[in-house]
Amino acid sequence: MRPRVQLLSPDLIGRILREAFELLMNPGVRVDSAPVVELLLSAGAEVNDGVARIPEPLLRQCLASAPRDFYLYNRQGEKAVHYGGDDVHFDPGSCCVQVLDPSTLEARQSETRDLVRIVQVTETLPHFAAQSTAVVCNDALACKGEDASSAIGDLYRLFVVLQHSDKPVVTGSFSASGLRGMIDLLAADCGSRDQLRQKPRAVFDVCPSPPLNWSEFGSHNLLDLARAGVPAQIVSMPLAGGTAPVTLAGSVTQHAAETLAGIVLHQLAGPGSPVVWGGAPAIFDMRTGGAPMGAVETAMLNMACAEVGKHLDLPTHGYLVAADSKFVDAQGGAESARSAMLGALAGINMISGAGMLESLACFSVEKLVIDAEWIASAQRLLRGIEVRGNEEYGGNTLATAMFAQIGLSGEFLKLKETRALFRQEQHLPSHVIDRNGDRSPRGAGPPNDIFARARARVDELVSKYRKPSLPEGMLREFQAIVDRVTDREADRETDRAANREPRP
Amino acid sequence: MCGGSQCRGSPPEYNRGVIGLIPRLISPGGSVSEPLFGAMRQSIIDGAPDRATELAQQALANGIDPLEAVNQGFAAGITFAGDQFGCGEMYLPDLLASVEAMKAAIKVLEPEMLKRGSARQALGKIVLGTARGDIHDIGKNLVATILSAGGFQIFDLGTSVTPEQFVAKAQEVDADIVGVSALLTTTMAGQRAVIEALDRNGLRPRVKAIVGGAAVTAMWAAEIGADGFSRNAIDALELAKNLMVKVTGKDMNKGTVQA
Repeated sequence: MRPRVQLLSPDLIGRILREAFELLMNPGVRVDSAPVVELLLSAGAEVNDGVARIPEPLLRQCLASAPRDFYLYNRQGEKAVHYGGDDVHFDPGSCCVQVLDPSTLEARQSETRDLVRIVQVTETLPHFAAQSTAVVCNDALACKGEDASSAIGDLYRLFVVLQHSDKPVVTGSFSASGLRGMIDLLAADCGSRDQLRQKPRAVFDVCPSPPLNWSEFGSHNLLDLARAGVPAQIVSMPLAGGTAPVTLAGSVTQHAAETLAGIVLHQLAGPGSPVVWGGAPAIFDMRTGGAPMGAVETAMLNMACAEVGKHLDLPTHGYLVAADSKFVDAQGGAESARSAMLGALAGINMISGAGMLESLACFSVEKLVIDAEWIASAQRLLRGIEVRGNEEYGGNTLATAMFAQIGLSGEFLKLKETRALFRQEQHLPSHVIDRNGDRSPRGAGPPNDIFARARARVDELVSKYRKPSLPEGMLREFQAIVDRVTDREADRETDRAANREPRP
Repeated sequence: MCGGSQCRGSPPEYNRGVIGLIPRLISPGGSVSEPLFGAMRQSIIDGAPDRATELAQQALANGIDPLEAVNQGFAAGITFAGDQFGCGEMYLPDLLASVEAMKAAIKVLEPEMLKRGSARQALGKIVLGTARGDIHDIGKNLVATILSAGGFQIFDLGTSVTPEQFVAKAQEVDADIVGVSALLTTTMAGQRAVIEALDRNGLRPRVKAIVGGAAVTAMWAAEIGADGFSRNAIDALELAKNLMVKVTGKDMNKGTVQA
């Protein structure tokens, strides 16, 4: 029996969806781009003054065309992530601007070398089914213009990840022009646009703005992804009490409404295109105004939002395993371990957030290897208590067959069952987890605490890592795409500086 | 975190209010108007705009100097609420309610104050807005609330504000500080643009520029030449007060704080 935790009764899920449908009629959802308005009008929605009212039949139609599940593929073209059912996968958090320097314990701006190190560690750890474009490469933003740096930054991060990894990628774009370059890059990676549609390697986060607002760039990304057949992950992020109702049930309802509106835009643009009922909901901290990602209520929101998605038979995503602590300390460990466990028990298909500190403001690769242990524990928990034993090991009993062999001698360690089954029964942690019985003598050196062990583990994994060998010419092709986008963005920036309408 | 004077030394002078959550200021006694002033303070602490309106009207009817009503009554309530917030006794929704009650009282008293030419003295004038392209305003709104509760006059330009709009408003109101908020890493560049525009128009160094937002760091603030940055809305008040010392040469943390 697989363990699971549910927070919502079927009755409550029904009420949440009924109110979410109601919200999409009244007050409706804000849309601020002409193509989106046109798309909605042609499908029978009402749009007045930038506010769309989406009737239930249209919602039902779009829910019906959204696929129940899909796969992400690795570079070898093998299925690597199953978005659907109760399968649970983890990936590192995304798009931090800072990293925690392990020697000074100061946060500093993240650079390309940090992203590479995170990708290397993630590549070697089986706990992570996918990579993410984890940190901003501040060193590589050659072009300092506003939109230009965003488009190039998004593309460059993906470029770095694709060079260093074979795994699927959870990514996203902060601009419409950046997305087009990223799709080109992924198409080059797998051979063609058509190949990318058949076997997508990446999923793109796309975010509405709470409450009930699909901004121009967010909604355009949805349309572009739907038309390209590249999976879109709708990441609605209500902050309960701040940008959404203070009640958890109210925030789950707003999340449902925002996500449903996204699915309508997406499915109207590309019926049948893969889309994920994702999210990064959190409570609103009533003292700092921040979003405490490690709070238990934040985990509850993620679990409940995923439950609604599952009820609609859609693939799900959540944002957990991140901590609010600024250091790799007891608070951070407790927050991350707890939410990894809860997310897994909720059966969320993709759980992003590992490695992150300070409510998503800072990334620590040391925390990432510690989080991998919590994830492994959560994955172990999910397998539940299984009845093992067969004829080979003396009969299908729980314990009696083993006692029949050794009587009261207590020699379990010698049993062939023990050797054959302990790896399945137990998660065997790395040296990051300290279970040594003896306390090392107190010397003058630094304490051998979990942070010190994590630093050693990162070094060990990086030395184990092997860079994937890209097919002949692929890197050149990648580089050509990055150069093309960089040139185009530089032109746009020149136009902008000269007060001309930027080139498309 | 705990910076208010009420937190240190002897326990603060309050007991629990009606619902047992909101602190209650105990009136120290004094002039004949003191019971009324005490009620005014409490209406702000309770976050009760209707009650504050009623008390302000009562003050006018009794011929009490409106400026005195603000300084002895309502503003003392806001100062107390700010302290309690700093101590962790009150939370953002409480503080927001206090600010709303304060606005209600001022609305009643303002016409009479104007008539008497006894305008309130704000700590300083601050122009606020989110950077161009950024529609996320919750952080900016909190900063506006806390700064206004702390005694600053706020000119809120709203969301997605261009550098030109910031400059125009700062010139129009003769601002002391311009604050630019950006949630996204992609809109942070807009903060640099505002600072450059303030420089181009010769407003700095007299006008101070401050920045904030989820991804904004001290390093970023230094890189773009901002005069200050704060991690959250609470620290923003300290930052603004410290900057006003540079603007006016006076220490805002000393002497009577007025709303």
